[in-house]
Amino acid sequence: MSVAFAILLYIAAAIFLGGLFLRVRKYWRTPAPLKIPTMPAPTTQAGVVMRMGREVVLFESLFKSNKWTWVFGWMFHLSLLLAFFRHLRYSMSPDNILWPLINNPIVQSFGKYAGYAMLIGLLGLLARRIFVDRVRYISAPSDYLMLLLILIIAATGMSMSFIAHTDIVTLKMFVLGLLRFDIQPLPSSLLLQVHLATVAILMIIFPISKLLHAPGVFFSPTRNQVDNAREKRHIVPWAAKLDANRGYKTKDQLVKE
Amino acid sequence: MADFDTPEYRKYRAIPELTEGVMAESSPFIAKEVHQEPLGYPGELVDNWEQAAKDKMEDLLGRYRGLQVYLDSCVKCGACTDKCHYYLGTTDPKNMPVGRQDLLRSVYRRYFTFAGKYFPKLVGAKDLTKEVLDDWYSYFHQCSQCRRCSVYCPYGIDTAEISMAAREILDSVGIGQKYCNEIIGKVFKIGNNLGLPRRALKDTLEDLEEEIEEETGLPVKLPLDKKGADILLVTPSADFFAEPHIDGLIGYAKVFHEAGVNWTLSSHASEAGNFGMFIGSYENMQDVAMRVRQAAEDLGVKRIVHGECGHAWRIAYSFWNTLIGPWDFLDQNYPIPQHICEFTWDLIQNDKLKFDKSENDHRVMTFHDSCNVARATRMGDKPGGQFEIPRNVIKAVCNNYVEMDPETTKEGTYCCGGGGGLLTDDLMEIRVKGALPRMEALNEVVEEQGVTNMAAICAICKSQFTKVLPYYKMPMDMIVSVHQLVGDALILTGSEEALAAAEESDEE
Repeated sequence: MSVAFAILLYIAAAIFLGGLFLRVRKYWRTPAPLKIPTMPAPTTQAGVVMRMGREVVLFESLFKSNKWTWVFGWMFHLSLLLAFFRHLRYSMSPDNILWPLINNPIVQSFGKYAGYAMLIGLLGLLARRIFVDRVRYISAPSDYLMLLLILIIAATGMSMSFIAHTDIVTLKMFVLGLLRFDIQPLPSSLLLQVHLATVAILMIIFPISKLLHAPGVFFSPTRNQVDNAREKRHIVPWAAKLDANRGYKTKDQLVKE
Repeated sequence: MADFDTPEYRKYRAIPELTEGVMAESSPFIAKEVHQEPLGYPGELVDNWEQAAKDKMEDLLGRYRGLQVYLDSCVKCGACTDKCHYYLGTTDPKNMPVGRQDLLRSVYRRYFTFAGKYFPKLVGAKDLTKEVLDDWYSYFHQCSQCRRCSVYCPYGIDTAEISMAAREILDSVGIGQKYCNEIIGKVFKIGNNLGLPRRALKDTLEDLEEEIEEETGLPVKLPLDKKGADILLVTPSADFFAEPHIDGLIGYAKVFHEAGVNWTLSSHASEAGNFGMFIGSYENMQDVAMRVRQAAEDLGVKRIVHGECGHAWRIAYSFWNTLIGPWDFLDQNYPIPQHICEFTWDLIQNDKLKFDKSENDHRVMTFHDSCNVARATRMGDKPGGQFEIPRNVIKAVCNNYVEMDPETTKEGTYCCGGGGGLLTDDLMEIRVKGALPRMEALNEVVEEQGVTNMAAICAICKSQFTKVLPYYKMPMDMIVSVHQLVGDALILTGSEEALAAAEESDEE
């Protein structure tokens, strides 16, 4: 069982990292030929960093749009972040220099109770998906399953925190073992196995699903472009090539026929 | 008036429940071979259209980062679902921004993603069938590319980009929209959307000069193709003949006259509008825009000023430098291009223009932010100048000014309902229904604050409102040009009005 889970997690991690790398590389390499920031937009690069920061940290546009979706969505994502930090304790030895940042009462207890906020957020999003006719109309089965998957992850994780503790010391040995390719025994707990399996599934589907919104937002031209079209000429390689092919470079050919 | 009902104003602006398929029959006339050919598109649906459409989609995915990222990133959160004026006016779910995007996204997923190739049902992926193609043609011509949805999307997904891509795919397999493609052909052949030849344009401008001279007693000129002029004015051709556009043109001419600048129009570039953007074609957009550069070089001007037009100002402000730049032969001390509102506001700030604001006292004004000016361009140095500068100009020439509901102005402004290539009679139903949110906000200030007129700075807005206001039981001449207000209040040096004002101050 331990070996099976180790293999599953290795595969999941490989697909997650490899898939994400390929996708980000695709976004990176695909040019944005025209200036299309949603205005009013910042006129400096620093301003764009601020705009993106507000978008990623506060979900600014969603806040403008719909307060309920914002509340549930923001709660969920923030709790996810806190839970992630809390989990770092299981993959870090106490002599790591970051250990005090992770293993302190604030991160650990916030991370622990964030589970409740995560559940509320997810259930709120699920309820909107089911009960608001417009959101129901746009939902595919995968949209419900995605919420269900994360709900299972959250529920099993919280159960191990609040109801049936798993052997956390052995688990940590297993995780630290994974990190140095030395497979150690995994505690035999059904909750833990479901938790790990669903996390693995989440990692596997990440690069082939709508979870790509996470890297996607950083590449969104409406959000990451500077409003300086008049001041600075923006031209991508394929457009420059097109210009050359069409003879737009030479002034002679520009003269009215 | 027509075979559809004008929507009722909603109580408390409630978000309507959806009704599937109500707008499925709304489709514009299809372009004939004669309209397709000059743009480089096949004249009718090609035999291998499935493959051709997929190939085109792949081509566009490789050329436009936005398209690739937007098709991947949507999480179906629903934030955009109540943001489109066409959804609010029709309640058709395929007019929700995400509903519209999904028409393309479901096909993208089917052929270009792992999940869609192997688990199509699970992720809502669909085969490209003739029905899907028909849905594309119908619903991608119910989007005015106004970008309101992109303001509210947490990832900035811009349905305009998706609609443009879809129209480009449709054109490339032979199903173009007659209205847009015929017009682009006219620009290539004659120089403007209306197909107004140089002779007719010249006559129109001379008539206008006479009209202004009768009114003011002054020789205010509207020069055409004047070599060596300092300023080239590029303006939508509707300004030459349509109401209330033409009053705006008179306003520009008076401002230029009073400023004492040497300016000209061009018959070669007698059109600011650029429908190449509506159909998502970089090449056609560049060809249309190139006429402006050619005219500027040919006439030897130093500056370009741009008239009141929405999508056109987007292309001029955001795209010209890319498409037809660099502008190294123009005077770098001025913005290139400069909006007529920026031009007028500069003069006002420098105390170069005198106004008799009481000339506009019979009006209580409000201002409609044109969608593409608001969300795709800027005026002045600071973000948001596109909101402030036109308002500043109006307030400088009018005593009575009122704002509409802030949810419906500035970056949240609603499209007039006729943008993006929909300003054609064969799409009257969607135009009338799409105007609902703006009409509601306007009606509110009419009833509560006595607003008599609404000003706009877009040729499409002006034509669209002229047509749809009567459907909502408001007079068609409520809509005016900003520079009509400027022209009405401007005191021209040497005019009788100016002399009278001078005498009055002498007596004091």
